[in-house]
Amino acid sequence: MTIRPASPLAAAPAEIVLPPARSPAALALRRGLSHGGFLIGAGIVGFVVLMALAAPLVAPHDPYAQDVSRRLIPPIWHAKGSVEHLLGTDKLGRDYLSRLIYGSQISLLIGLSAALISGVIGTALGVLAGYYGGRVDAVVSYIVTTRLAMPVVLVALAMASLVGGSLKVVVLVLGLLLWDRFAVVTRAATRQVRNQDFVAAAKAAGFSPVRILAQEILPNILNALIVVATLEMAHAILLEAALSFLGLGVQPPLPSWGLMIAEGKQYMFFQPWVITIPGVALLILVLGINLLGDGVRDITAPEGRH
Amino acid sequence: MSEPVVQIRNLTLALPRGADRPHAVEDLSLDLMPGKILCVVGESGSGKSMSAYALTGLLPRALKVTGGEIRFEGRDLLRLDERAWRDLRGRRIAMIFQEPMTALNPVMRIGDQIAEMFEAHGLLTPKERRERAVSLAGEVGLPDPEQIVKAYPHQLSGGQRQRAMIAMALALEPAVLVADEPTTALDVTTQAQILKLIRTIQQRRNMAVLFITHDFGVVADIADHVAVLQRGRLVESGSAEAVLRHPQAAYTKALLAAVPSLTPPKREPITAAPVALSVANLAKTYATRAGLLGKPRVVAAVKEVSFDLRRGETLGIVGESGSGKSTTARLAIRLIEPDHGTVRLGSLDFTALGATALRDERRRIQMIFQDPFASLNPRRTVEQIIAGGPIAHGTPARQARARARELLDLVGLPPSAAERYPNAFSGGQRQRIGIARALAMEPDVLVADEAVSALDVSVQAQVLALLEDLKQRLGIAMLFITHDLRVAATICDRIAVMHRGEIVEMNRTEALFRAPEHPYTRSLLAAVPGALFAETA
Repeated sequence: MTIRPASPLAAAPAEIVLPPARSPAALALRRGLSHGGFLIGAGIVGFVVLMALAAPLVAPHDPYAQDVSRRLIPPIWHAKGSVEHLLGTDKLGRDYLSRLIYGSQISLLIGLSAALISGVIGTALGVLAGYYGGRVDAVVSYIVTTRLAMPVVLVALAMASLVGGSLKVVVLVLGLLLWDRFAVVTRAATRQVRNQDFVAAAKAAGFSPVRILAQEILPNILNALIVVATLEMAHAILLEAALSFLGLGVQPPLPSWGLMIAEGKQYMFFQPWVITIPGVALLILVLGINLLGDGVRDITAPEGRH
Repeated sequence: MSEPVVQIRNLTLALPRGADRPHAVEDLSLDLMPGKILCVVGESGSGKSMSAYALTGLLPRALKVTGGEIRFEGRDLLRLDERAWRDLRGRRIAMIFQEPMTALNPVMRIGDQIAEMFEAHGLLTPKERRERAVSLAGEVGLPDPEQIVKAYPHQLSGGQRQRAMIAMALALEPAVLVADEPTTALDVTTQAQILKLIRTIQQRRNMAVLFITHDFGVVADIADHVAVLQRGRLVESGSAEAVLRHPQAAYTKALLAAVPSLTPPKREPITAAPVALSVANLAKTYATRAGLLGKPRVVAAVKEVSFDLRRGETLGIVGESGSGKSTTARLAIRLIEPDHGTVRLGSLDFTALGATALRDERRRIQMIFQDPFASLNPRRTVEQIIAGGPIAHGTPARQARARARELLDLVGLPPSAAERYPNAFSGGQRQRIGIARALAMEPDVLVADEAVSALDVSVQAQVLALLEDLKQRLGIAMLFITHDLRVAATICDRIAVMHRGEIVEMNRTEALFRAPEHPYTRSLLAAVPGALFAETA
């Protein structure tokens, strides 16, 4: 048998060589750069965000300018397409590309603000329930169950028809309805973190509950929170499109993608592109957001473990 | 001398790129003899488990075999395909694992799991399988075999589950048994029984056993041959007698020297110092309700526990799992509330404080935790972790951060550690950070809950030396919770033995080891593995 000599085991650690300082977030970002789904998702979302921010600069026409003499021009790849309207025009002769670009503002605005409102509500409820447990948990679980018993689309329709559809109403209704998943996920994540010894150490050091929640719990459930936020953003964008399609969401002449599909539905058998263009735009954006969310989940999952 | 059953020759396993070294196991050669136990010893990350997995064909996908061979019954195991492995595993080579709760299927009766071994290999009729399951349960010493084969894993104790695992492994009369730390998760008295069982059965059946362990006490009790691994390389091998009594390699010598001795050093009794922590009649019961209508099951975790702890003194609380030692620690620092009883810090009644006053006074009693990976917030830098407590109590941030760097120096870490996140540190280094965090509060009392149990023996020795040194320099009183009597012997001035929630015996360490009075203390001391080796080494 081979016996190799080994260096003796020093009684005290003579020289400690530490790896370079990297925060968990920085490490996750490095992993993200080699994660295909994350890169594609981030690329799509980044592109749409840029498009929305720079809409007045990149849109070739005024999205509201009507020209009945130039209505329903097909997109450029059709034989009758025109270079002036790359994606054609709608039934009122408005430039489709410009409406699509301005429409991204509405989708992103609704997605972000609905996710923000529901995120605040759901996280507050979930963290409190998870951290305190017992009676607080019972009450929160009861509220969540009640909320889950309400069909989102029906309640949203009822609310919108009651107070009238508008951008503000859609954001509020969705924000107040979509917090259930935030609550459920943060509650479970908080319960897990709460039982870790570092939370016990913080308690033993005399930290106040507010400090424990802010410093010890929240940073450690952020991964889960980001993932749910992306899912709910996508969810809200699709719901807005559905509400607008039914005429109870964003009102004309705003260029919402759902509204564009609704306005095009009577032409869909003869000019199918009037609904496929906004439809594909929705598909790509929602796909991008979901890929981004999955990517964040994958690259942050192995953290803190060896 | 008979022929070896298994010959491992020049085995090399490559780790994936980005690991801390290129090979998990490098150029490893071992022989397994029939009727003999080979102990592979090493610290965490030494590749000892991987050599066991290679022998059972269960290597993780990320590891690639890059050289060598394992000869068994005329074949090279490394060249077998999955079908051949399935036939061989269980029938000729069996394995038992560290954690019997996760290695058994929780929704299947014990008897069915044993019988499944025959079923998987298409042997015997269902009736014969059941009979064999019962007789195997009897052979591994499970009580009332006829009835216990109908039990589910959660209805058995840890030791009984490990016996059931062994019964499964023995079912097909394998020539080789691979045991990966099979007693590490068990209490010391149970461990002694399981070791004895493995020894008896292995001799009765003339099996070759590959026994993976990190514990030299276990090695001394069970091994015929010993192989010592360090970072994937074999540093020494030979008969148990030769390796333990006359180690050749410097690494083996250092490892053996780091094993805490069962003979406690002489310590002067501390009687003059003021009492820092005084616990009186502390009690805690847990009630769990079995379903909506079931009778609540009441478990007394801690019953009327009382002790005094003086400044500069270390009181050990030892006991097996479920003895209430950890509950006592958590009651003492009020992480959980007692049913009744008092905890006094000097003249302060700690148990009578309201929420706000409690937050202010908590700094006087601090804790060091068992798991160095769960006890540091992964999202905060070491400096934030150490300085966080004092800042919460109103120390100016600049001063607290400067103090954090001093403390890092005190626990033997470089100042550059301050900006790092916990992910940059090894288990032992993390434990040092945990100690620095506790010391930052300038506590009168330090509670160490199994603070060195998760560490390798060499790191354990360093951390114990650090705690001893800090206690002497700072005059802190320390409550040291442990299941390991060797560790307790090394560091404690006095020891309290807990059993089923009660302190059954409390005495000066030296006296307790020399003349244990309570029968339970005697059985604990008798069960410590490697007792003989400790006396002569």
